[in-house]
Amino acid sequence: MMSPENMQAFRRDALGLLARAKPARLAELLPVSPDHELLRAPEIGTVMVRGRAGGTGAAFNLGEMTVTRASIRLTGSGTVGHGYVQGRDKDHARRAALADALAQDNPSRIEADILTPLRSEEAARRAASASEAARTRVEFFTLVRGEDE
Amino acid sequence: MYVAVKGGERAIDAAHDWLDRARRGPPDQPALDSAQIRDQLSIGTARVMAEGSLYDPDLAALAIKQARGDMIEAIFLIRAYRTTLPRFGASLPVDTAAMQVKRRISATFKDAPGGQILGPTFDYTHRLLDFRLMADGELPADPPALPEAAPDQVPHILSFLNRDGLIEDAPADDAAPPDLTREPLELPADRPLRLQALARGDEGFLLGLAYSTQRGYARNHAFVGELRIGTVAVEMDIPELGFSIDLGEVELTECETVNQFKGSKTEPAQFTRGYGLTFGQTERKAIAMALVDRALRWRELGEDDQGAPAQDQEFVLSHCDNIQATGFLEHIKLPHYVDFQAELELVRRLRAGTADAAKEAAE
Repeated sequence: MMSPENMQAFRRDALGLLARAKPARLAELLPVSPDHELLRAPEIGTVMVRGRAGGTGAAFNLGEMTVTRASIRLTGSGTVGHGYVQGRDKDHARRAALADALAQDNPSRIEADILTPLRSEEAARRAASASEAARTRVEFFTLVRGEDE
Repeated sequence: MYVAVKGGERAIDAAHDWLDRARRGPPDQPALDSAQIRDQLSIGTARVMAEGSLYDPDLAALAIKQARGDMIEAIFLIRAYRTTLPRFGASLPVDTAAMQVKRRISATFKDAPGGQILGPTFDYTHRLLDFRLMADGELPADPPALPEAAPDQVPHILSFLNRDGLIEDAPADDAAPPDLTREPLELPADRPLRLQALARGDEGFLLGLAYSTQRGYARNHAFVGELRIGTVAVEMDIPELGFSIDLGEVELTECETVNQFKGSKTEPAQFTRGYGLTFGQTERKAIAMALVDRALRWRELGEDDQGAPAQDQEFVLSHCDNIQATGFLEHIKLPHYVDFQAELELVRRLRAGTADAAKEAAE
């Protein structure tokens, strides 16, 4: 069993990965939904995104983003899961909540089946983008002119 | 006497029907897919998200399609949709220092740690029409991956100046900021409220105002200390979980300007700052926002009121919202028959009075 602190860190990481995953990819990784009841049917709403003046200063409201959330309870274990995902895909939010509940019941299985693939695909996506960016990094060279020998 | 007028339903239906067909264009051409707009007109999509004040590329692309490319109409559609959604809460302030950058440049330091990363920019293009795009131009081949690891995060350039005390500090303040979408604008507005208004303000209006500051109306000589574009995680505390999670990530443009100093006999001279932050790749808007933000700070920085438009927060904040502006502007094309009738009668009466007076004078 994980300690409560470890479980919280694990769920935090998992819920982030689930939220950032493409809905279709999560559907591939979690094709079958175990029996569950909806505690909160998938609901589309917004979250106000905040920034800071000067990047580090006073918080201000930048604008909203669409977010969909859902909460479920697994019929077998009674474990409750919550999903909060960017965008308006209700199935994505329900699946994220399911994965959150399953991850509490069986962390190693969900880690292997869902989270590890999502993590490595995300790392590859980021590396590809960073590599594109690095290609556009400027290499300066200096022209020496007019100086005395 | 007030006479209500009804009618026009048939004409309105026919107009909407024509609008639908005009939007679609000739049926022998393929219809635009909103995913194509999202991915191939991504800078237009970003503008609709920034000024619509709602980050959702799919919806912004749909709005552009529905509005036939009329950006302000598209922004209007997004603002209207937004009001139908419940608000789940507010995020923690995004950490732009942890941005995964695709563009990051500085006009003040050539050798900034992390380097100058140009990203997918129009800068340095020759602004010549590329006729290959008209003829289904081929894409350049995918570039080979770079062997060396690229940095995931780069530090803010102004943090180096800040470390030496050469620029005013921007200490964190987590007080809940005022929200324009919940309470009407009240003046004078503090900086968080001004930044919210500017972030959703019209790009063209802010561009003009920012340009006016460069031309001498409240000049404060801005350098672009840093301009960065990339994705940041959005994190929110979730009460039912009891901890915070990432909800997703958004692309942002951030502009930090370094402006002329202030100082006195007792306080050493220091650079000052302007700040712009916008959804999507919206570079012109972010720079303009930073210049206008800086101009509006004249009072807190102890500068003179030069009477310049960009310094007048009532003028700037009351007129920068293009949905408010277009709503009021365009309403005058709707029927004003009764108002105008009153004016017409008044003018006739005045003219009759003038004619009588002229006749008396002649007699």
